[in-house]
Amino acid sequence: MARDSRVFVMGQGVDDARGMFGTTLGLHREFGAERSFDVPLAEDAMTGVGIGAALMGMRPIQVHQRMDFVLLAMNQLVNMAAKMSYMFAGAHKVPMVVRAIIGRSWGQGAQHSQAFHSYFMHIPGLRVVAPTTPHDAKGCLIQAIRDDNPVIMIEHRMLHNVKGVVPEESYEIPYGKARVLSPGKDITIVGISHMALECVRAKHLLEAAGIDAEVIDPVSLAPLDISTIAASVERTGRLLVVDTGWLSCGASSEILSEVFERIGERRHFVAKRLGYLPTPCPTTKILENLYYPSPQSIAQATYRLVRGAEAPAWQPGKVDSAEVAEFRGPF
Amino acid sequence: MEERSNSPAARLYRSMYLIRRVEEEIVRLYPTDKIKSPVHLSIGQEAVAAAVCDHLDKTDVVFGTYRGHALYLAKGGDVPRMMAELYGKVDGCARGKAGSMHLVDPAVGMMGTSAVVATGISNAVGAALALKMQRSKAIVVCFFGEGATDEGAWHESMNFASLRKLPILFICENNFFAIYSHVKDRMAGPGLRARSRAYGIDAELIEDHEPMLLHERAGAAVAAVRSGAGPRFLECMTYRWRDHVGPGEDRIHQYRPDDELDAKIEGDNLKIVGDLLPGDLRKSIEDAEEKRVADAIAFAEASTFPEDQEIYDHVFSG
Repeated sequence: MARDSRVFVMGQGVDDARGMFGTTLGLHREFGAERSFDVPLAEDAMTGVGIGAALMGMRPIQVHQRMDFVLLAMNQLVNMAAKMSYMFAGAHKVPMVVRAIIGRSWGQGAQHSQAFHSYFMHIPGLRVVAPTTPHDAKGCLIQAIRDDNPVIMIEHRMLHNVKGVVPEESYEIPYGKARVLSPGKDITIVGISHMALECVRAKHLLEAAGIDAEVIDPVSLAPLDISTIAASVERTGRLLVVDTGWLSCGASSEILSEVFERIGERRHFVAKRLGYLPTPCPTTKILENLYYPSPQSIAQATYRLVRGAEAPAWQPGKVDSAEVAEFRGPF
Repeated sequence: MEERSNSPAARLYRSMYLIRRVEEEIVRLYPTDKIKSPVHLSIGQEAVAAAVCDHLDKTDVVFGTYRGHALYLAKGGDVPRMMAELYGKVDGCARGKAGSMHLVDPAVGMMGTSAVVATGISNAVGAALALKMQRSKAIVVCFFGEGATDEGAWHESMNFASLRKLPILFICENNFFAIYSHVKDRMAGPGLRARSRAYGIDAELIEDHEPMLLHERAGAAVAAVRSGAGPRFLECMTYRWRDHVGPGEDRIHQYRPDDELDAKIEGDNLKIVGDLLPGDLRKSIEDAEEKRVADAIAFAEASTFPEDQEIYDHVFSG
């Protein structure tokens, strides 16, 4: 915002005392109320307002505390933001960032926990990024702000408090470049957003079973870096995709089919997908624990995929997902 | 002659005549199947876009709807490129990717049109927000039909425009019908002026068949918005002579009485304005516009279709 006076931030609560989980805290004081402002509860029109401002040369960042509310803005995002460049043959561009935060835990329930990244991956004209590490979160956001196209930035609530090394200087994370979080030779595990973190934990559990997993974070979902994933599967012969979302018509389906199209003819491989259970998210903790993949369930699925159905039973050890265990509500 | 030809009536007639004749030519050409795009004609409704746009500068921007030929032409959009667009040709204003429903010409402030009802309204409000942030003297004019006011997006947009005192003029082209659904079957309460005022936006209604009054009131509204007084709303009563979509008449559907349509055609706004002009001036305007229309069609005919690989162009910017 200091670098480019066209950049502004809008969204319900961006200038309040909570500052969008701290991510927009104080921006209105630093850059003025004109460049960081609260909006009416009108996701449809306010998204359209962002698009209209972008058409006139501004670079809006829209923030949604919960991705569930982005459904109210789908018309603008799909029918307008994604179409402006194409429909008008390059006469217009929409340099806009939509930050969509996914909730989880402390009883978020069915309407405060949904992840709709696959909806946006389906639409030509939209870029979708889902960084996991603090380093990638900063680089993806900067890249998104500087891009001339609409970018949906998926932020998992559980990742907001995860610590990591972040360079002071400004840098961009390029689209369509997956990150190998941890190399391995027995299986390729692709983890999306928060699940990438859980997959790394699963990898450590699997060491006890003598399984060496490679964990890949796609970082960018549209465009997808299938080359990196497919090259890994070509080596390991096994693919597990773990999504922060439902399986049906989801990001995991897309990754699996693209890998198959890429190498299926010359490389036999086994594959499985994990994600949210095919139910709405239950509120009570005891059921919610079943709803999400965990390091244990990821490790167990990996074990079966690597050792086969006939292998003796194996019980992964315990590991704490600190950001989940330590999270306290109410929000 | 110079003064006469630049009178409000002369300017209005020139604009309305161009719109009428372009659309009559579309009707004539449609059976050849050279225009492979749904067309939503403004014949009968020309006065609204022409009267409002006459008060705008090139740097003022407008947003319209899929019934957008009149607005594109009234704002000074390139006529040959519009015809080429309807033909799906590479010299079209969007290289054939837009068709009739998405005309665009940013060089003259024609920001585009949307085929999803009411969807462009909030974009217009956002453009007004940008102009205000940029300390620009330009204003935004947002055109939509009364059907769009059924949508929540209109209400959300009116609220935000008023809240932020944005430089935007809302123009409702009330032609009574959303396709074939009459406004009385869709709208509760005391009407659009009352709704607008409830959002703190000054509103006015101008009856059909009063093109010069419409021109004057539009001028006052534009001046008010430009002065920084915040948004204004004009409800312009008008009437669509042709079918909702396509070149034909639609009497066969019997959703409106024949004599209602006949009376509207009888009270033709184009004729009202034309009759205000001396015969020689009227003739010279008509001759000049006829030539523009003919040249535009010739341009469209001569243009080529896009190459296959263009299908991948412009999905993203840059």
